[in-house]
Amino acid sequence: MNGKPVRKCRLNGKKIRGYEYLLLSIPFLLLVIAFAYVPLFSWLYAFVHYQIGHRLSDMPFVGLANFAKLLRQRKEIARVLRNTLAMSFLNIICTPLPMIFAIMLNETRRVKFRKFVQTMTTLPNFISWFVVFELASALFASNGLLPLLEGKMGIVREGGNIMGNNDMVWIFQLLLGIWKGLGWQAIIYLAAIAGINEELFDAARVDGASKLQTIRHVTVPGLMPTYMVLLLLQVANLLNNGLDQYFVFYNPSVSDRIEVLDYYVYKVGILVNDYSFSIVIGMLKTVISVILLFTVNGISRRLRGEPLV
Amino acid sequence: MSAVRIKSSPQEALLRVVNIGLLCLITLLCTYPFYYVVIGSVSSGDALADGVFLLPRQITFYTYNRVFAKGDIGHAFLVSAARVVSGTSVCLLCSSFFAYLMTKREMVGRRIVYRIVISTMYIHAGLIPWYLTMKMYGLKNHFLLYILPGAVSAYYIILMKTFIEQLPASMEESAALDGAGIFRTFWYIILPLSKPIIATIAVYCAVGQWNAWADNYFLVTDPRLQTVQLILYNYLRQAEQLASSMRSGMLGNSVLENAISPTGVRMAITVITVIPIMCVYPFLQKYFAKGIMMGAVKG
Repeated sequence: MNGKPVRKCRLNGKKIRGYEYLLLSIPFLLLVIAFAYVPLFSWLYAFVHYQIGHRLSDMPFVGLANFAKLLRQRKEIARVLRNTLAMSFLNIICTPLPMIFAIMLNETRRVKFRKFVQTMTTLPNFISWFVVFELASALFASNGLLPLLEGKMGIVREGGNIMGNNDMVWIFQLLLGIWKGLGWQAIIYLAAIAGINEELFDAARVDGASKLQTIRHVTVPGLMPTYMVLLLLQVANLLNNGLDQYFVFYNPSVSDRIEVLDYYVYKVGILVNDYSFSIVIGMLKTVISVILLFTVNGISRRLRGEPLV
Repeated sequence: MSAVRIKSSPQEALLRVVNIGLLCLITLLCTYPFYYVVIGSVSSGDALADGVFLLPRQITFYTYNRVFAKGDIGHAFLVSAARVVSGTSVCLLCSSFFAYLMTKREMVGRRIVYRIVISTMYIHAGLIPWYLTMKMYGLKNHFLLYILPGAVSAYYIILMKTFIEQLPASMEESAALDGAGIFRTFWYIILPLSKPIIATIAVYCAVGQWNAWADNYFLVTDPRLQTVQLILYNYLRQAEQLASSMRSGMLGNSVLENAISPTGVRMAITVITVIPIMCVYPFLQKYFAKGIMMGAVKG
């Protein structure tokens, strides 16, 4: 009679606290639902003929007609997909660069110099693409620094203005992306290098390994797990190039090569004003991305014995 | 260290020199564009057209003068500052308190709630659904548009939760024994102990807020809510007219007339946009690094 109610009471207390915490989390949960999940209901517009000012229930249901547009627009879609994949693959090819940069940084033993280089090279990561565009035009636009220098030195280059050169779009955008992200992405590898067992370096030294041999047989293998994670995440983001960069650097003379999926969603939705079709593309993009993520997660589980996310 | 020195062959010495040379080159490539825009913005239009490379020529601050005289950039600065301060503090409070709740094992439905929030990192409804939903909420041309959508952010929650979980549990227990409730424990124990990660998230959040433009571009037409990024964007599209309208304000003064060029105006505005980041950035750099490393642990 004496012991039982007390124990029950304590159990209840713990349970009550459990519900209390749930209750406390609800306002935040509502915010998340309102801003991340409610927009998903707009996907329903993919199945109707969108009319501004009407309610969803008043819009004519058209089934998969908006999806059929994908076939009718297949030339456009193929071109946009080509650009998207080209940018993604170029970026994937360049994934070792931050790792190499981190190893280079790690090899300089002058701490102050290293810190200085690191500070200066991470700066571009923290400016907006508008600013990147301004910096790029100051240097490369037809009245920018580079043409001016070329003019002074009497160099004549084919193709003229780089920012308006359709043949150079991919490589130019790739270089801009590397410029912006190199220092920042290297930080993660620097952390990984610091985590490599010091004894391995000592052992290599005792064995008389040269600097390059040490890098090849100790540092690089030590960084591989980190590299694999980042690589797989990038593969999962194959279709997501982001809008910012391509929006900012878009101009009619490069439109053929610069329109990636994210830009196309914007163009069809905002410029052409075809909401339904834009939603169709955005929806497919998200669905495929999630499938990719699960696939990559499965690969990671098999390769590394643990999932990515 | 000394052992390495003794062994270093001429080949390795060469390698080291090449390495330092390359690092210097990369540093130069990363910084020169900023430097060029700064010196360009204080050189006269004539000097710019003739070429300014290492040092500013015919130094004039007239472009800045005129840019600020136009007025809207000052106001946009205030709006941007307001969104940085309020957006960052709301995001910090919401995300860190939610992360703290997520460390409570006794919470009912903790895993599912956490999953719902973390999944938002991968589930994107897309541009138009986002646009329509914000409009539906009446956030078009509303200052809260800058603050509410980012208040509970999955990535920051992961960082914060990872950090809180490695804090010694004894601190919290003793606070609980002293009768402190969850808010009190959060405010007086958890937050002060989490200063490093809070600082990191605050910096991320502030930079993100300062650089954000899409919400402004797609959903705000009210000039009183215009942010610095959008002013930059608008100016860069019409620098030509802008420069000529600025010039027309000072007829008959041919010396000053050539001081203002479209390029100069754009450069000045770029500098104004970047300066806040450049000023705080070197001091906060260590926090940036810490955050990305913690993210890597979770990776």
